[in-house]
Amino acid sequence: MSTPDLLGVYRPGRSWLHRTPAGAKLLGLLGLGVALALVPGRVTWVAGCAALVLVLGVALSARLPLRPVARALRGILLLGVAVAAYQWWRTGWELALGVLATLVALVLAGLVVTMTTPLDAVVDVVVRASRPLARVGLRPEWVGLAVALTLRGIPSLLAIAVETRDAARARGLERNPRAVLVPTVLRTVARARQTGEALAARGLAD
Amino acid sequence: MGTAAIELREAGVTVRTPGGDPVTILRPTSLVLAERRVAVIGANGSGKSTFARLLNGLVLPTSGQVLVDGLDTARDGAAVRARVAFAFTDPDAQLVMPTVAEDVALSLRRLRLPRAERGRRVREVLARFGLDHLADVSVHALSGGQKQLLALAGVLATEPEVLVCDEPTTLLDLRNTRAVAALLAGLGQRVVLVTHDLDLALEAERVLVVDGGAVVHDGPAADAVAFYRDLMGAAPEARP
Repeated sequence: MSTPDLLGVYRPGRSWLHRTPAGAKLLGLLGLGVALALVPGRVTWVAGCAALVLVLGVALSARLPLRPVARALRGILLLGVAVAAYQWWRTGWELALGVLATLVALVLAGLVVTMTTPLDAVVDVVVRASRPLARVGLRPEWVGLAVALTLRGIPSLLAIAVETRDAARARGLERNPRAVLVPTVLRTVARARQTGEALAARGLAD
Repeated sequence: MGTAAIELREAGVTVRTPGGDPVTILRPTSLVLAERRVAVIGANGSGKSTFARLLNGLVLPTSGQVLVDGLDTARDGAAVRARVAFAFTDPDAQLVMPTVAEDVALSLRRLRLPRAERGRRVREVLARFGLDHLADVSVHALSGGQKQLLALAGVLATEPEVLVCDEPTTLLDLRNTRAVAALLAGLGQRVVLVTHDLDLALEAERVLVVDGGAVVHDGPAADAVAFYRDLMGAAPEARP
């Protein structure tokens, strides 16, 4: 069974982007998101398309393999097209194109960061950035671990959903939403408990 | 390495059902585990996994005490888990990070090493477990045997003194079972192995048989395995 790889897995390399510190890449991603959110509505399409071209250029210059990137983008593209079609109908092509381009640019930028940065380095940055939270009793290592688990948890959740759907299909129950939803929720909770127990066993919760 | 002795002093586990009725999972047990290789065998639901979880504080006794080098699992959980590592039956539950190297690095975070030193230790551990060629591979892409080896590498990366394994070969084929058995046999650590694999149990110095929430036999491997076969009504000569 192939696991949907929404967030991309780190791919080692020697490109300029691989060598760029994780903190700088995360700041760049944050800056891009904030900048695109602040763009006025009427020029969203210009900013969105410019951002998409910029991020595509960055991805190509980092020599990221195109097939896994395209596979990871497939799901968000379908969603983006549906949202854009609605926007086109409600407000016109400019906003529709702007929404689609912005969405794809941001997801692609996120993929470029995760595919060129080891998660370990991302956790290091989060731990450093969370140090002030220690004053209010939050342990920075736990914040870093929470971020890592979130990034890892989304593909795991999708894998469970795909497995459960296949199991329902094998029993001829693919048209019964309860046969997919209930086991997916129960298995997700069970997996969360197992992961918690495994982290405790490794002393990471101490 | 491998010097920590584990002592159970009347340690028992009782839980309450939603209706409030007490159910005994493990009856009060007293023993000391000081051998290099100890196996724990028993039927499904006999209490052997609870017994294993007591040893590194994943489950706390509801009566009595479990001591590791004199440290109480209830009071000194973190120090106990630094000495006693635990590997689960299903490695998928234990592998947390996206790639092989990152998962081993996660274990090492507890040691608060600088990133470069952590990276060096990761490479060293992966080479020791024959996983170095898979360092940047997604954990989803590994075979069952590779996942179990990685899970063991992850818990052994911090060099604990004792390794407790809960049925580490149950989900593996014969080749991978042998690979994991060979790995466990070569470890410098004390190993407490919960298993249904009686061939593996026969290699231990001491075997505990757990049944109905109690240790019903404790002795050399051959005697204990024979006792267990009788208990299960499956003496070797009666088997097909």
